Amino acid sequence: MTPLDISFRERPRTNEAGAGAVAPAPAPVLRQRGQREVFCGLTSIVWLHRKIQDAFFLVVGSRTCAHLIQSAAGVMVFAEPRFATAIMEERDLAGMADANDELDRVVDELLARRPNIKMLFLVGSCPSEVIKLDLSRAAQRLSRRHGPGLSVLNYSGSGIETTFTQGEDACLASLLEQAPAAPASAAEQLVVVGVLPDIVEDQFRRLFTAMGIKDVAFFPPRRAGEIPAIGPGMRFLLTQPFLTETSQRLEDMGAKPLRAPFPFGSQGTTDWLRAAATAFGVSDATFEAVVQPAQARAERALAPHRRALEGKSIFFFPDSQLEPSLARFAYEELGMRPIEVGTPYLNRDLVGAEIDRLPTGVTVSEGQDVDLQLDRCRAARPDLTVCGLGLANPLEAEGLTTKWSIELVFSPIHGFDQAGDLANLFARPLARRAKLRL
Amino acid sequence: MKLAVWTYEGPPHVGAMRVATAMTGVHYLLHAPQGDTYADLLFTMIERRGARPPVTYTTFQARDLGGDTADLFKTAARDAYARFQPQAMLVGASCTAELIQDDPGGLASTLGLPVPVVALELPSYQKKENWGAGETFYQLVKTFARRSDAHERTSARPRCNILGPTALGFRHRDDVVEITRLLELIGVEVNVTAPLGASPADLTRLGDADFNVVLYPEIASVAAAWLERQFGQKTVKTTPIGVGATLDFINEVAAITGLDATEALSMAGGRMSWWSRSVDSNYLTGKRVFIFGDATHAIAAARVAAEEMGFEVVGLGAYSREFAREVRAAAALYNCPAFVTDDYLEVEQAISELQPELVLGTQMERNIAKRLRIACAVISAPAHVQDFPARYSPQMGVEGANVLFDTWVHPLVMGLEEHLLSMFRDDFEFNDHAGPSHLGHGASTGAAVVEASPAVAAVEADTLVAPVDGAAVDHVLTWSRDAEAELHKIPFFVRGKARRNTELFARQTGVHRIEVETIYDARSHFSR
Repeated sequence: MTPLDISFRERPRTNEAGAGAVAPAPAPVLRQRGQREVFCGLTSIVWLHRKIQDAFFLVVGSRTCAHLIQSAAGVMVFAEPRFATAIMEERDLAGMADANDELDRVVDELLARRPNIKMLFLVGSCPSEVIKLDLSRAAQRLSRRHGPGLSVLNYSGSGIETTFTQGEDACLASLLEQAPAAPASAAEQLVVVGVLPDIVEDQFRRLFTAMGIKDVAFFPPRRAGEIPAIGPGMRFLLTQPFLTETSQRLEDMGAKPLRAPFPFGSQGTTDWLRAAATAFGVSDATFEAVVQPAQARAERALAPHRRALEGKSIFFFPDSQLEPSLARFAYEELGMRPIEVGTPYLNRDLVGAEIDRLPTGVTVSEGQDVDLQLDRCRAARPDLTVCGLGLANPLEAEGLTTKWSIELVFSPIHGFDQAGDLANLFARPLARRAKLRL
Repeated sequence: MKLAVWTYEGPPHVGAMRVATAMTGVHYLLHAPQGDTYADLLFTMIERRGARPPVTYTTFQARDLGGDTADLFKTAARDAYARFQPQAMLVGASCTAELIQDDPGGLASTLGLPVPVVALELPSYQKKENWGAGETFYQLVKTFARRSDAHERTSARPRCNILGPTALGFRHRDDVVEITRLLELIGVEVNVTAPLGASPADLTRLGDADFNVVLYPEIASVAAAWLERQFGQKTVKTTPIGVGATLDFINEVAAITGLDATEALSMAGGRMSWWSRSVDSNYLTGKRVFIFGDATHAIAAARVAAEEMGFEVVGLGAYSREFAREVRAAAALYNCPAFVTDDYLEVEQAISELQPELVLGTQMERNIAKRLRIACAVISAPAHVQDFPARYSPQMGVEGANVLFDTWVHPLVMGLEEHLLSMFRDDFEFNDHAGPSHLGHGASTGAAVVEASPAVAAVEADTLVAPVDGAAVDHVLTWSRDAEAELHKIPFFVRGKARRNTELFARQTGVHRIEVETIYDARSHFSR
């Protein structure tokens, strides 16, 4: 360990998961501090801008920020990207130009080019946070100036505050400011929270409707003007384990959380749907009748992958906070052996129950010293290593088989009908290695 | 502040990474926040490197900003040295760390590391990637370059250094091989190639060479100027891209060394010069080409396009502002507009206005050309994973010229092919709707959209042409049924251009309804 670890020793933790119950003590979490090989929250703009189709994301940052987003977007070619960067220059920093005036000018320029934007997110970055450029005041000012046809919001996607998927969390939390308050008398409604591909959203909507849960709202909406009203009648179900701040804000607004494992694989999806069914009084018989056909499809799709993956060891480097839930899926539904489950941030409230379902002996790690973690990975020689794009080829060159974790965020993997695809993401690298005679 | 959609260059510390990653025995400690590690994937994914770049990031977070970021830096420096044991360390700051002013160079000097530490000052809010690479290389050269006793040894052959190739460079890997081979053919021994493949120990031998070859001026011209001052080494400045430039390069080397380069000169034409003179290449004559890239590649490409392919250069630009003068001078030579800009939107507008038949550009221009359905070949960084080919594919020297011919011609329709297309275009199996036979039946669905509704097509064309003249957006155009039918008699690969030209002509002359005559009027108008 590096000397730095001294200040980041294991924090005393309460056993949130099993409060009062006779639950086994959760495995200790390994926390290290060193180089983190993770994206910052700006990266989530890559999928956020595809979801909310009349929103635009303007990063207020440096050339590095602009370069990051286009590099992370990789080979994806957008005809008309709905994101851009207001690149700060020497004169903005030296006080020769008022940064707020400059920002207003850039926004004018942007709106002249793209008059159809209904919602504009000003996204804070490391440099804008360090120079303390107040984007929330800027957002208010710009809303007044360009409203009511345009709402301007702000959140931070900076690397000093967020990793990768936390950008979505911060964005959705800021979007909640726009949510109308539901009247106290409003009927109970289910809100499904987190960015999902439209096709997956539609699958879930059909399942809920078939169970008799009507008027399910999805947040974020596909259009800026369709934000659901939030209030005490709302029950919300998270689709993503990284929505810590959004979840907290929903609770602050009176909505009640439905806690469940995350909907990965057949079992995960069943448990997740059941949480809603139970809360909305769906009978067991109805639930079974609705879920069974989709479940059977998922099981059928999983079976060949399970045969290929059973007993194989898997090592997760931290990336998206999906790792504990994916490890649960890999262990329970594919029969894989998790060795280490790294996550950039561990929220036991959201994923504690899934971590407790992992076998004993698994190392759960939060944060990262990438060199030390690479040492552990090399020593363990897992059959499959799930890691970021910066590590994948170097580990392949050392003879390890890897899966790029970013694909787990960019591909549809939630729900019954994607269970096979998710398993295939783990199976394909191994199948390829077995095929090649090189 | 500047609104940017895409950027041609990354920040200057990415340039430093390109130098560090190209070398051996160097480790770069970068004071940077969490997230800046994204830059690793440029090397591991785009260039498919099988090793992590030799870079350690301090990855500070908001909670560190209270005051212990300097300690974080020092700890990371000690750890990085202990783990990687480099011959030399580079230290510097990324854009955010520049703001917190921890002074990486000063901090590193207090650590007493047992190897030389080169401190980099790369102003992130003023400069960009290529400048960062150039500055980093210059600092390394200044720190390490020496002249050893070996220099005095009378060598049978003159020696040179090859300067400029880096990691993530456009075909640098293969250019080095090709130029090394060419120099050997002339009778010159390569002393050191740097930064690519060189260690700090190798840099100490730079002074032993008789002269320097600068392959990529964006990266090596400052270092070469210093070497010239320091050791009196002359600099070969011709970038040997294309047959003519390769001949010039050989002559320049021969002049400096006094060697007889007859053999090399006789081989410089390669296959390219015959391929271009052969009859099939007749159809290349006067093809309108738009060129954009880094200054070196763009200027070289313009010469090849005009003198060796027989194209007409209709626009020439570069994102390297440092070389604005050279770009403008070259554009004047080909009598075309010059674009010195790093604004992708400006380049896009220029291309859509100029309507070239071929775009030679970077990955960005490939995207633009794809959108505008114009043929395109990549000639410069920034490039994507498909432009780091497995095969040997230099841009420079004899083989480089052959590669240019193939890659530029490939996206165009070949001469014989073009001839056959017009001969058979009315054949029932060989019309646009049939699609290429090797794709089987049903491969032709794409064309039907335009056919079905001329109105839709006109609207699409409107959007395409709109940027040409913003005031003309309200100018509604309709195509008569006959004109539409006539348009479809024109081979598909020039039909888009015919449609755009006709509509442009209609707007300029105030025509609202396009008739058959309008098409031919436009054709004669634009063929002047």
